[in-house]
Amino acid sequence: MGIPTLVAMLVAALAVIGVLSFREEYSLFVPGLLQGAVLTLQIAVLGSLLAVVMGVLAALARLYGPAPLRWLATVYVEIFRGTSALVQLFWLFFVLPQFGVTLDAFPVAVLALGLNVGAYGSEVVRGAIQSVPRGQWEASTALNMSRPQMLRRIILPQAFIAMIPPWGNLFIELLKSTALVSLITLSDLAFRAQQMNQTTLKTVPIFTLVLLMYLVMSLAITIVMRLLERRASLGLARGRAA
Amino acid sequence: MTDQPMVRFDNVSKRYGPLTVLDGLNLDIMRGEKVSVIGPSGSGKTTVLRMLMTLEKINDGVIWVEGEPLTHMERNGKLVPADLAHVRRVRGKIGMVFQSFNLFPHMTAMQNCIEAPVTVLGMKRAEAEARAAELLGMVGLSQKKDHYPSQLSGGQQQRVAIARALAMRPKIMLFDEVTSALDPELVGEVLQVIRQIGREHDLTMLMVTHQMGFAREFSDRVCFFYQGKICEQGPPAELFGAPKNERTRQFLNAVLEAG
Ligand SMILES: Nc1ncnc2c1ncn2[C@@H]1O[C@H](COP(=O)(O)OP(=O)(O)O)[C@@H](O)[C@H]1O
Ligand SMILES: [Mg+2]
Repeated sequence: MGIPTLVAMLVAALAVIGVLSFREEYSLFVPGLLQGAVLTLQIAVLGSLLAVVMGVLAALARLYGPAPLRWLATVYVEIFRGTSALVQLFWLFFVLPQFGVTLDAFPVAVLALGLNVGAYGSEVVRGAIQSVPRGQWEASTALNMSRPQMLRRIILPQAFIAMIPPWGNLFIELLKSTALVSLITLSDLAFRAQQMNQTTLKTVPIFTLVLLMYLVMSLAITIVMRLLERRASLGLARGRAA
Repeated sequence: MTDQPMVRFDNVSKRYGPLTVLDGLNLDIMRGEKVSVIGPSGSGKTTVLRMLMTLEKINDGVIWVEGEPLTHMERNGKLVPADLAHVRRVRGKIGMVFQSFNLFPHMTAMQNCIEAPVTVLGMKRAEAEARAAELLGMVGLSQKKDHYPSQLSGGQQQRVAIARALAMRPKIMLFDEVTSALDPELVGEVLQVIRQIGREHDLTMLMVTHQMGFAREFSDRVCFFYQGKICEQGPPAELFGAPKNERTRQFLNAVLEAG
């Protein structure tokens, strides 16, 4: 789907939310749900940033790090991919305090989801780096670049383009898994919806709004990633068209 | 020490598992000398260049550049395998042009040519650009400096690749079948550029080529490789005019028939 279509969907979803919030049976729930949506968005954005940092670091460590770093990165990736985000949330929030480390619920949510998605992301980064043709490494070697110079200037910029679509998927996965954070006392969008539903039983308006709000956030992610992809491949695409 | 070779392969061997690709290679190349390497496919020609560019490790022997070991370094009077810092110091004297161009696709022709001078040599951007503009002019691509590789023909890409390598001011240039991936009508423009840098620069050149006419006219010496060894070498007039070795004769006949 093209960017204009996605933007049209986003505008439509926002318009429907706007129109609905003028109707009494909906407007009642809008402020509370919006508060939840803001928290969800904060966790999703910060978690995604952490995921990118961890994904890149873990991939570089596994590909080019000295043995101890490589080992550490592998342990990280296997643990966080091999156990569920739910278990990781519980560990960080309920088990760590037993060892004397107590964190607030919000940082735990960001940490757990970011580390979880970062583990998947490291595979994305690794695959993208390995997809850069060997000739690019050889040309950089022939120009006497150092390993870090090659990575920074030649390999990563090319790998970056290949990484964008899979990272977009991971960010949306992360957004959806924010619904888990209610289990560690946070009032995110999904939690507020359930709570309102239990007290008012107005299932249709509540979950219609919730659906639209999640849709707005995931469309926003998709659009941002598409724009990024277009920007990053500008030089390459320009040539292809010529 | 002016008669010291620019490049010396001293009993160099290269193996891939059980396969011996180069077997005790001895080859000296003098300063400014233009040496062509010919031979059948799989005879180890590319491997010679790749070892000198340090893209492949060697299994035996030592490679020297201007009297200094490249693959090794001196420690307490003994040669030990070189570390990366040593390799990078010596490797800076060598540049290479590849069959498949290997331009950086996310950079324009100009950016391709200034990338390494700026990041590796620490040259000022303006200075690097001036030098790159000069080189792109020399290869006839002043008009194309802001084009991306995908906007250039194969011949143009290869000429950018030559300019990019020269921008690092190498003393030795390696060319590995640099016209083999080109459409026939684009071969001439690339050979013309190589001819020109051969004339204008005091470069030592080592090139693998299937262009026998070019090798004959351009080089000071031709080496015929066969099964990982230099089977025959000499001035082009001799090697092409009166090959001594039976295998050389067979190879040249086969090439002549095909071409
Ligand atoms: N990475 C490699 N692994 C295994 N064998 C290789 C590798 N690279 C080259 N070879 C083998 O080494 C021999 C010489 O290769 P090469 O130097 O490319 O020959 P040429 O350039 O003369 O055609 C060939 O038999 C080739 O198959
Ligand atoms: Mg070859």
